[in-house]
Amino acid sequence: MTRKTLLTLACGAALAGALGAETLAVRAQTIWTAAGPRLDDGVVLVRDGKIERVGPAAEVAIPAGATVIEGEVVTPGLVDAHTVVGLSGILNIDHDQDQLDTTAPIQPELRALDAYNPRERLVEWLRELGVTTIHTGHGPGALAAGQTMVAKTVGETVEQAVLRPEAMVAMTLGPEVGDNFESPGTRAKGVAMLRADLVKAQEYAKKRTTEDAEKRPARDLKLETLARVLAGELPALVTAHSAVDIVTALRLAREFGFPLVLDGASEAYLVLDEIRGTGVPVILHPTMARLSGETRSASLETAAKLADAGIPFAIQSGYEPYVPKTRVVLFEAAVAAANGLGFERALAAVTIDAARLLGVADRVGSLEPGKDADLVVYDGDPFEYTTHVCKVIVDGRLVSEECR
Amino acid sequence: MSFATEKVDSIGRNEGMKRRRKRNETRARAVALALSTAVGMLAAAGAVAGRETAIALTGARLIPVGGPEIADGVLVARGGKIAAVGATGAVRIPRGAEVRDLRGKVVMPGLVDTHSHLGRGSGGDRSAPLQPEVRVLDAVDVRSTNFWKARAGGLTTLNVMPGSGHLLSGQTVYLKLRDGGATVEDWLLCADASRRICGGLKMANGTNSQRQPPFPGTRARSAALQRGLFLRAVEYREKLARAGADAAQRPDRDLGLEAMVEALDGRRVIHFHTHRHDDIATVLRLAAEFGVRPVLHHLSDGWKMAGEIARAGLPASITLVDSPGGKQEALDVSWSTGAALERAGVDVAIHTDDAITDSRFLLRSAAMAVRGGMSRAKALAAVTLAGARMLGLDGRIGSLAAGKDADFVVLSGDPLAHVTRVEETWVEGRKVFDLARDARYLAGGRDAYDRDADAADHRIDTREIAE
Repeated sequence: MTRKTLLTLACGAALAGALGAETLAVRAQTIWTAAGPRLDDGVVLVRDGKIERVGPAAEVAIPAGATVIEGEVVTPGLVDAHTVVGLSGILNIDHDQDQLDTTAPIQPELRALDAYNPRERLVEWLRELGVTTIHTGHGPGALAAGQTMVAKTVGETVEQAVLRPEAMVAMTLGPEVGDNFESPGTRAKGVAMLRADLVKAQEYAKKRTTEDAEKRPARDLKLETLARVLAGELPALVTAHSAVDIVTALRLAREFGFPLVLDGASEAYLVLDEIRGTGVPVILHPTMARLSGETRSASLETAAKLADAGIPFAIQSGYEPYVPKTRVVLFEAAVAAANGLGFERALAAVTIDAARLLGVADRVGSLEPGKDADLVVYDGDPFEYTTHVCKVIVDGRLVSEECR
Repeated sequence: MSFATEKVDSIGRNEGMKRRRKRNETRARAVALALSTAVGMLAAAGAVAGRETAIALTGARLIPVGGPEIADGVLVARGGKIAAVGATGAVRIPRGAEVRDLRGKVVMPGLVDTHSHLGRGSGGDRSAPLQPEVRVLDAVDVRSTNFWKARAGGLTTLNVMPGSGHLLSGQTVYLKLRDGGATVEDWLLCADASRRICGGLKMANGTNSQRQPPFPGTRARSAALQRGLFLRAVEYREKLARAGADAAQRPDRDLGLEAMVEALDGRRVIHFHTHRHDDIATVLRLAAEFGVRPVLHHLSDGWKMAGEIARAGLPASITLVDSPGGKQEALDVSWSTGAALERAGVDVAIHTDDAITDSRFLLRSAAMAVRGGMSRAKALAAVTLAGARMLGLDGRIGSLAAGKDADFVVLSGDPLAHVTRVEETWVEGRKVFDLARDARYLAGGRDAYDRDADAADHRIDTREIAE
């Protein structure tokens, strides 16, 4: 399976290289662009890996010589707003679990780039189910576990895959951190430790800009990264499930003025007004998250409640410690759709809204001229469990053509 | 039925003002008599008995399972049993029946989950890898609100199992999610837990049960330990047979070997957790050696072994998860396993293994099996009648047929559609889940399920609860 796909990718790359100006036309009975209303009997024209035109088949002429792909339903390539695949591997043994280092509870300097395995089977699994862009990297479980990045689910090296090498800094509040470290052992202690390091980072940033170069402190990767969070360059992606921890995350962001993205947020429905008032976006737990530990209060209706409250959000596949080793946002969105969110908002939560939240909406997330030609072709309603993902196209290349 | 009498006693005491006491006691005795009669009938019928009004569901699309769908049907239930099922016009609705118009709805049998870990029921401890004497029914908490997840998912019968961290973690228990439920006895499918067989046996091979001694460290050691236990059970059975009616010759009672003899005799079903192809082959080898017919559970590699399983004539109960991995033996798990087994002629059930998949999503698992190529009819049977067969309860549950328990679900639409909701779940003629009243058990949320129950679940080693 893996070898075959790699071969496909390699061939695709060679072909694209040889036929630089190749044109691809994807025609389907229904096209959901995530940028407007449903398009019946539509065509997406692709040239050089980019979308050139999207419109009704009656209006968009397919150029002679174009490769034509036909299908029932087309959506943009799916964007998984938060996962750990590529760092967390399929085997679930120490040697393929790189999403969390437990040497110290605050290690924002750890880069996702240095640990991402683009040939990981779980990356392939997601790709073949239509996920073409992932926000992946360090996982929950530490006060600051490390950085995240945004990548395409193709490429044989991380450099080929990456869209944004440094996306956010993954932080976690709540009792889960205590499972991985001697200290913090309580919520309050964890917050105190984070605040102490953020204060250090403030001072470090100030000293690094002193006029007298002699007086500048030596570079410190940890404080440097936290300083970038404080400067607004890297948002803090704070995993906080209980209402207590969500409100604490908002309090920290207010105190230090850093950009915050709430992650997980099982009890978000209890503090909708508080979240809405800050404009902070939410990367919501997988809809079917197991109800134990920190996610025990999760509700199937939270996505709908966030949407109704006007809070920007996207749906994630999250981190799975056991079987199954990853979730798939296509399926999580389907369950959210059926529990009050509805089709179009659910599709947006795993395409354009996720892309906006991750700062990559100029490249991916919707079918619009100028964007990357990342498309998924289905043999029916994408959210029906019995529908198959039949073709996946990334950057104009067919990377999967087995219905699954 | 002591619990019923106690209940009446306490009612008597609560009302007990002294001068009315005698009258109350008389009344209490009468109520007790009536109740114990009712409870006696309950035990006999395994249902809420009495001359309750018949209920007639009319106009729904009926999916009886085991027979063709009925586009516009009638289902009549009375006394906890299904009295009649058929097309509109072909079934007489009894005079005085409570008639419910269910046009636009779909009615199918209550779902049967052959593999669940709901209810905090622990099995064996760390003292030994084989503990056939341990009963999960002595530990299961019927008041755990987590059981509402099952009702919200349309489940009516569960096989609650101890975990897979042992080669044999104990005896499983078959439960009906009846209305109320003060003690586990209220939910049993057997008459008397002390004397009757109330569940199966949970065995496992592969990696979950490999640990520090006295647990096995390898697959070969696992198989050797399991064979040793079967051999002791065979000897024990021979001693019992030789002793015959002569009590003096009988061996001392051994609770574990008694359960093993029940398994050898085919009266107690072995539920065997097994994932990798070679582990599956080992179970087939054990089954052939000792003449037992285990139900094979999980079967991550089932699609590679469909022919072998079919030739062995063993049934399969499978898990459908959204991705492979998490452990080495689940690397090749596939949605096509159900289809491969169906093609080979194997009887297939689909289970939740809650908390591996959530009880609210068992119908989704059936749909995922269809995604993997299984036929719609077999996928629907896989969450109802096939599971009932694997628990030896198909004479009583698993399909909509006259004479069977009135266990059914009312769905808002097609059972495999993602927007379909379980609107009502009925057990033995009584509604145990009503979406209009119990929506929070479908959605979940802060107060939906026991916090302490979940905390307890969380403390358990993942291996204990998982698969």
